[in-house]
Amino acid sequence: MVDITPADAVPPAEVAEMELYHPHSWWTKYVFSQDAKVIAIQYSATATAIGMVALVLSWLMRLQLGFPGTFDFITPEAYYQFITMHGMIMVIYLLTALFLGGFGNYLIPLMVGARDMVFPYVNMLSYWIYLLAVLVLVSSFFAPGGPTGAGWTLYPPQAIMTGTPGGQDWGIILMLVSLILFIIGFTMGGLNYVVTVLQGRTRGMTLMRLPLTVWGIFTATVMALLAFPALFVACVMMLLDRALGTSFFMPAIVEMGEQLQHGGGSPILFQHLFWFFGHPEVYIVALPAFGIVSDLISTHARKNIFGYRMMVWAIVGIGALSFVVWAHHMYVSGMHPYFGFFFATTTLIIAVPTAIKVYNWVLTLWRGDIHLTIPMLFALAFIVTFVNGGLTGLFLGNVVVDVPLSDTMFVVAHFHMVMGVAPILVIFGAIYHWYPKVTGRMLNETLGRFHFWITFLGAYLIFFPMHYLGLMGVPRRYNELTDMTIMTESAHHLNSFISIMAFMVGFAQIVFLFNLIWSIRHGREAGGNPWRATTLEWQTPQTPPAHGNFGKDLPIVYRWAYDYSVPGAKEDFIPQNVPGSFAPSREPA
Amino acid sequence: MAETTLAHIGRTEPRPAGWQGIAADWSSDQRAFKNVSWGKAMMWIFLLSDTFIFGCFLLSYMTARISTRVPWPNPSEVFALRIGGSDIPLILIAIMTFVLISSSGTMAMAVNFGYRRDRRKTAVLMLLTAALGATFVGMQAFEWTKLITEGVRPWGNPWGAAQFGASFFMITGFHGTHVTIGVIFLIIVARKVWRGDFDVGRPGFFTSRRGRYENVEIMGLYWHFVDLVWVFIFAFFYLW
Repeated sequence: MVDITPADAVPPAEVAEMELYHPHSWWTKYVFSQDAKVIAIQYSATATAIGMVALVLSWLMRLQLGFPGTFDFITPEAYYQFITMHGMIMVIYLLTALFLGGFGNYLIPLMVGARDMVFPYVNMLSYWIYLLAVLVLVSSFFAPGGPTGAGWTLYPPQAIMTGTPGGQDWGIILMLVSLILFIIGFTMGGLNYVVTVLQGRTRGMTLMRLPLTVWGIFTATVMALLAFPALFVACVMMLLDRALGTSFFMPAIVEMGEQLQHGGGSPILFQHLFWFFGHPEVYIVALPAFGIVSDLISTHARKNIFGYRMMVWAIVGIGALSFVVWAHHMYVSGMHPYFGFFFATTTLIIAVPTAIKVYNWVLTLWRGDIHLTIPMLFALAFIVTFVNGGLTGLFLGNVVVDVPLSDTMFVVAHFHMVMGVAPILVIFGAIYHWYPKVTGRMLNETLGRFHFWITFLGAYLIFFPMHYLGLMGVPRRYNELTDMTIMTESAHHLNSFISIMAFMVGFAQIVFLFNLIWSIRHGREAGGNPWRATTLEWQTPQTPPAHGNFGKDLPIVYRWAYDYSVPGAKEDFIPQNVPGSFAPSREPA
Repeated sequence: MAETTLAHIGRTEPRPAGWQGIAADWSSDQRAFKNVSWGKAMMWIFLLSDTFIFGCFLLSYMTARISTRVPWPNPSEVFALRIGGSDIPLILIAIMTFVLISSSGTMAMAVNFGYRRDRRKTAVLMLLTAALGATFVGMQAFEWTKLITEGVRPWGNPWGAAQFGASFFMITGFHGTHVTIGVIFLIIVARKVWRGDFDVGRPGFFTSRRGRYENVEIMGLYWHFVDLVWVFIFAFFYLW
């Protein structure tokens, strides 16, 4: 790279080179590693492993719902345990951990041009505490009474009562302890991600030149640091209610004809705390997906992202708004009509920045040089799915529509579309996109396309019919629907159909896992920059990047991350670390 | 938005004013907060997160207190000590608060001497801070013991709402844990100061990073935060 810019064009380094911990043994290099890239892979592998458990649980639930009465071992108690663990694992231990712990750790230092996270040791602790949280969670499967069956929202009072599986056994205690550990571990990592983005960037990397992936992960992490405290407090208080007999959340209550010792607590208080975490959590998962999908679309459509600055403000705006909408999860709990009015309004306002993002994605595609690579397929699938799930969100954001629909399969369909399928599609796209950087080899194309089409179409075949079931009034959370008058013959058939589709989609994920492992050795050699992308992680001297990421000198950034198809440039992309005189940049002024 | 400009970095165009100027400053090169080290930035952000934890605790306590239909025990009577034949309300809490606020003073002096590289005074003042903190925790243990012997439990008490004991033990316990962790780290950092680790740039035992005298200030941030939280607990729990 010829340095043809004037010497004063590059701002001087503000921070001295960071001291890296150099591993001395196999253990400190691969197990107790302080390298963010290794930690990222550890996070991802753990999250995937526990995610497989949740996948199997969803199969078991679908077995029961699709073919009621056929499988004796799925008792009502077991069914509730499956629901609870499936939900909690997918939302927290898979999606949050994979997006922030996995992608965050891998991509933030590489994309901002840092050698590592700012505090690698704390970063390492973050993973090990996360692993401990996962192990505590898994241990509840083997505890007396099994895991908790309180529903993934763990609503008191039933969460800690006798009738609920795990309520008076170990299940709920292990769940709460695991969540508390997760939050502690996440905080250690999250502080690292935030400080690295704010204070650890390379020369020339202003915030407004960050790839949107980093913006998404960064904003989501800030939100997580402010939202998880509410869950932490809720967990501590419920743990005290369960273990010490306090009554934070427990009203005076009669159980099996017997007056419990509790009295005077407020179950609604738990709901407020839980959803003050729970709603931002939706966007903690969605914002990294937004960011990643922006980069995938821009790269694979060979076109600069449309309205970069608006995209950034939309991410920040969604992040801020998501803290004032939480009670829309509590319409059926009852609230003052003015509060319902307030929360419905704020909820619908979120559609504005979200719609800006969707328009900008579509306008980025507009007249782009679209390559239908697998990451691009997943990105396109995400847009469709997200719009779909988002629109049903507008239904449910209104009080009068939400109240009749709230306890039906419609809600299940909605949040699986918007918060399950959509982010997972992005995760797949991102894995196909960055796998070559992580391993040096491409994932198998044929298996990838197979995986994409089964997953994408299958997800629609699963969740579209659920909307209809919900509108018919089929309730969620019920393990047995045989004798209900609303369950017509056709509704039963639809349920069986959904179940069969769920098995097929699950099977495709096993193909995907096989592809992940197989391609490490047998995939096509990728080279350093197979997608001809501009961002810094593709400009590393080695692939996979070595410890310290960038060789002797850190890259210097001269332009934003989206210089694709610049008129007059020799190639259709100009990496961020190429000096500016080659071609005009279309960076926002 | 994306008008074409030449991408030379040494911008000569005038700096934007108003909101755009604020955004430009925040998003400027390499660091959003100039002259703020990584460690200090990380402590501030952690404290922001911790503020939300204490905020949730206090809000939950307030919710419980205003929504209970059983009378709330009178703090002036519950937290009174019998000294010299008369009940003096809140006397122990007053002393505890005084001790903790004083420890903030000694902490601030330690930071000052740290930047002057006065090892001995820094270490002594940090140890004094730790001692005051430990005194605070000790008095808290005394207070807990007194209340427990009087029959206050997390699940009930002789005077009224059960949430009184629950909130009290939870919130003061959580705060006391913070103080205890602070005392431990004060002693660790004081030892490093005393030994001259920050002068010779000795690598940390776990992190293998070289510490600097700024660590004293970062420690101080945490300590002042814990004090500040106590002021709120004092106001909302004891004075209400």
